Amino acid sequence: MDKTWNNKAWFMVLPVLVLVAFNAIIPLMTVVNYSVQETFGNNLFFFEGVKWFQEVLNSPRFHASLLRQFAFTGLILLIEVPLGVAVALAMPRSGPWVAVCLVLMSLPLLIPWNVVGAMWNIFALPDIGLLGYVINAMGISYNFTSQPLSAWFTVVLMDVWHWTSLVVLLAYAGLVSIPDAYYQAAKIDGASRWSVFRFIQLPKMKRVLTIAMLLRFMDSFMVYTEPFVLTGGGPGNATTFLSIDLVKAALGEFNLGIAAAMSIIYFLMTLLVSWLFYTLMTQSEAEG
Amino acid sequence: MARIDCHHIRHAYGPHPKSDKDYALKEVHHAFEDGGAYALLGPSGCGKTTLLNIISGLLYPSHGELLFDGKDVTNLSTQERNIAQVFQFPVIYDTMTVYDNLAFPLRNRGVPEPDVDRKVRDTLEMTGLADMAKRRARGLTADQKQKISLGRGLVRSDVNAILFDEPLTVIDPHMKWVLRSQLKQLHRRFGFTMVYVTHDQTEALTFAENVVVMYEGEIVQIGSPAELFERPKHTFVGYFIGSPGMNVMPVAVEGRSARLGSQTIELPGAPKAGTTGVIELGIRPEYVRLGASGMPVSIRKVEDIGRHKVVRASFEGRDIAAIVGEDEVIPADPKIAFDPAGINIYADSWRVEMGG
Ligand SMILES: Nc1ncnc2c1ncn2[C@@H]1O[C@H](COP(=O)(O)OP(=O)(O)OP(=O)(O)O)[C@@H](O)[C@H]1O
Ligand SMILES: [Mg+2]
Repeated sequence: MDKTWNNKAWFMVLPVLVLVAFNAIIPLMTVVNYSVQETFGNNLFFFEGVKWFQEVLNSPRFHASLLRQFAFTGLILLIEVPLGVAVALAMPRSGPWVAVCLVLMSLPLLIPWNVVGAMWNIFALPDIGLLGYVINAMGISYNFTSQPLSAWFTVVLMDVWHWTSLVVLLAYAGLVSIPDAYYQAAKIDGASRWSVFRFIQLPKMKRVLTIAMLLRFMDSFMVYTEPFVLTGGGPGNATTFLSIDLVKAALGEFNLGIAAAMSIIYFLMTLLVSWLFYTLMTQSEAEG
Repeated sequence: MARIDCHHIRHAYGPHPKSDKDYALKEVHHAFEDGGAYALLGPSGCGKTTLLNIISGLLYPSHGELLFDGKDVTNLSTQERNIAQVFQFPVIYDTMTVYDNLAFPLRNRGVPEPDVDRKVRDTLEMTGLADMAKRRARGLTADQKQKISLGRGLVRSDVNAILFDEPLTVIDPHMKWVLRSQLKQLHRRFGFTMVYVTHDQTEALTFAENVVVMYEGEIVQIGSPAELFERPKHTFVGYFIGSPGMNVMPVAVEGRSARLGSQTIELPGAPKAGTTGVIELGIRPEYVRLGASGMPVSIRKVEDIGRHKVVRASFEGRDIAAIVGEDEVIPADPKIAFDPAGINIYADSWRVEMGG
C-alpha cells in the first residue's frame, strides 16, 4: 500500500507553534536582547556585548544571593526528603484512614503561594501570631522581621510545611506499589525493619524520589512569592534569594541589562543543575 | 526439623465470619510428621497458601493451635518458628548481588561469615547460579530469579520445615525436573519436614510420599499416591487425581447391589446400614472393562493417547470413560463390566465403607 504524504497537515500545528512562540520564545528573546544592550531611555539602545554578564558574575551582591539560594535549597531538600519518606512510611497502607491521610496531605499543596506567605506572616508575628507568641513565651527571643536567624527559620519552616506533602505523596505511591510477597519474604528471611527499608522500600521508591527531589530542587531554586510575602527579602538582605534579587534589580532599580543577564545566568544554572542531578540519578540506576 | 501439628485450625480473612462460607480454611486438623515430604494438592482458591502462611507465621489463624514437636507456637513470630518458605512468584532483593541475596537470611541470623560463604557456595552450585554469583539480581530472567528465591529457602539447612508454594511455576520443564530431583536429594540428606504446594497432580504424585488433597478450605484426604488412586475418600479426589478422573454416577443401593437406570451393579460388599444422602457410585476408568459381555453402552469417541486408549461412551444416558490397552480391539456391540475391586460408594460425596 502506498502512503500518501500530505504536508498540509503541518498547518494544523501552526496555532500551537504561534502560541509557544508568544509564550516562551519571544519573551526569552527580549531578555536576551536586553542582556547585551544598554539603554538611556527614549528607546535608544547600544550594543554592549557581554559586559552585563561580566558585571553580574563579578558582583559580590550576586554571589551573596546565589549562596543564600543554594543554602535554602540544600536545607529544604535535606529536611523535606527524609521527612517526607518518614511520613509516607508511617501512613497506613490500607483501610479507611488512607483516604483521610491523602486528603490531609494534599491540603497544603492546594493553597496558593501568596496565601501561604500571608498565612505564615500572621502566624509568626511575635506579638499576636500563635507561632511567634509561643516561641517568645518559651523564653526564646524570636522576631522574623528583625532577626536574620528567625527569618530563615520561618522561611524554611514555611516551605517544609507547604511542600513536604509532595514528597510524601510521591514516596507513598512508590510504597504502595510493593507487592505483599516482598514483606513476607523479608519476614521469612529474618530481615530487620532497617533491612526492609534499605533493601525493599528504598529501591522501590528510588524512581519517584528522584522525581520528587528534582521537582523540589527546581521549585525551591526559583522560590519567590512565599519569602517575598513573608519577609520581603529581609531583614536587610538576609532572605534575598536569587529571584527576589532579580526583581529588585529589574523593577526596583531598573537595571534592565543587569537583570536580563542575571535571568539568563539563573535560567542556565537551573537547567544545568537539574540536568546533572537527573543524569546522576538515572545513571546509578542503569549500572545496577 | 520438627513434627507439625495443626490443631483444629480455622481461618477467616474477614473480621466477623458467620457461616462456613466466610472461612478460607474450614477446619484443618492434621499432623505433618517430622522429616516427611508432603505434597499439598488442590484447585485454585482452596486455601493452600493460607495454610502455608499459617504454618510459617505470616498469618495467625482465627481459631486453633499450631504445635511444633508438641510445643505451642501459635503466637510465635515467623522468625521464632525458624521456617523457610518459597513463594510462587520470585522475590529478590534487586540491589544485591546474587551471592548477597542467598547470604541475606544467614547474615540476618548472625551466622559466622565462613559458614555463610560455604553454605552460599553450596546452594549456588545446587541451583546452577554459580557463574552469576557476582551479578546484580536486577537484570536476571524470571526463572533465574525464582532460583534465587528457592536458594534463599534452601541455604538455611537447619530449619524446622521448608514450605514451597508452587515454586516452579515460572521455570521451564527441564529445569523443573532437575530442581525437583535436587529437592528430593536435599530432603533425604537433611531430613527437614517439607510441604510442597502444587496444582499439578503429576508433580505431586511423583514428588512426595504423602499427598494432601485440599478442597474448599478442607483437607479431604491424605495418603500415598496409591491410596488416593484406589480409595478416594471424597468424589473430588476421584475427579482431581487420575486422567481422566473417576466416573461418578448416582445410584440407588439395596444391600450388595446398586441400581442405575435399568442396570444392576454387583458391589464388593454392602455399604454400612443407615447410609443416607445422595448416594453415588465411583469407578475409575482403569476398572471399567470393555468387552462382549456386561451392560450395553454406545461409544462416542476413542482417544488414542499412546500407551492406552480412552474410550468415551454413553451408559444409561450418562457419560462414562474407560481405559483399554493399546492393542485391544473395541467390539462392535460394546458392553461394559465394573471390576469390583475398583468400586467405591459415596454418600454426600464422602466415601462409605463396605462390609464384606
Ligand atoms: N489476603 C486475603 N484477603 C481476603 N481473602 C483472601 C486473601 N488471601 C486469600 N483469600 C481468599 O481465601 C481463599 C483461599 O485462598 P488461598 O490463596 O489460600 O488459595 P490457594 O489454594 O493458595 O489458591 P492458588 O492455587 O490460586 O494459589 C480464596 O477464596 C481467596 O479468595
Ligand atoms: Mg496460592
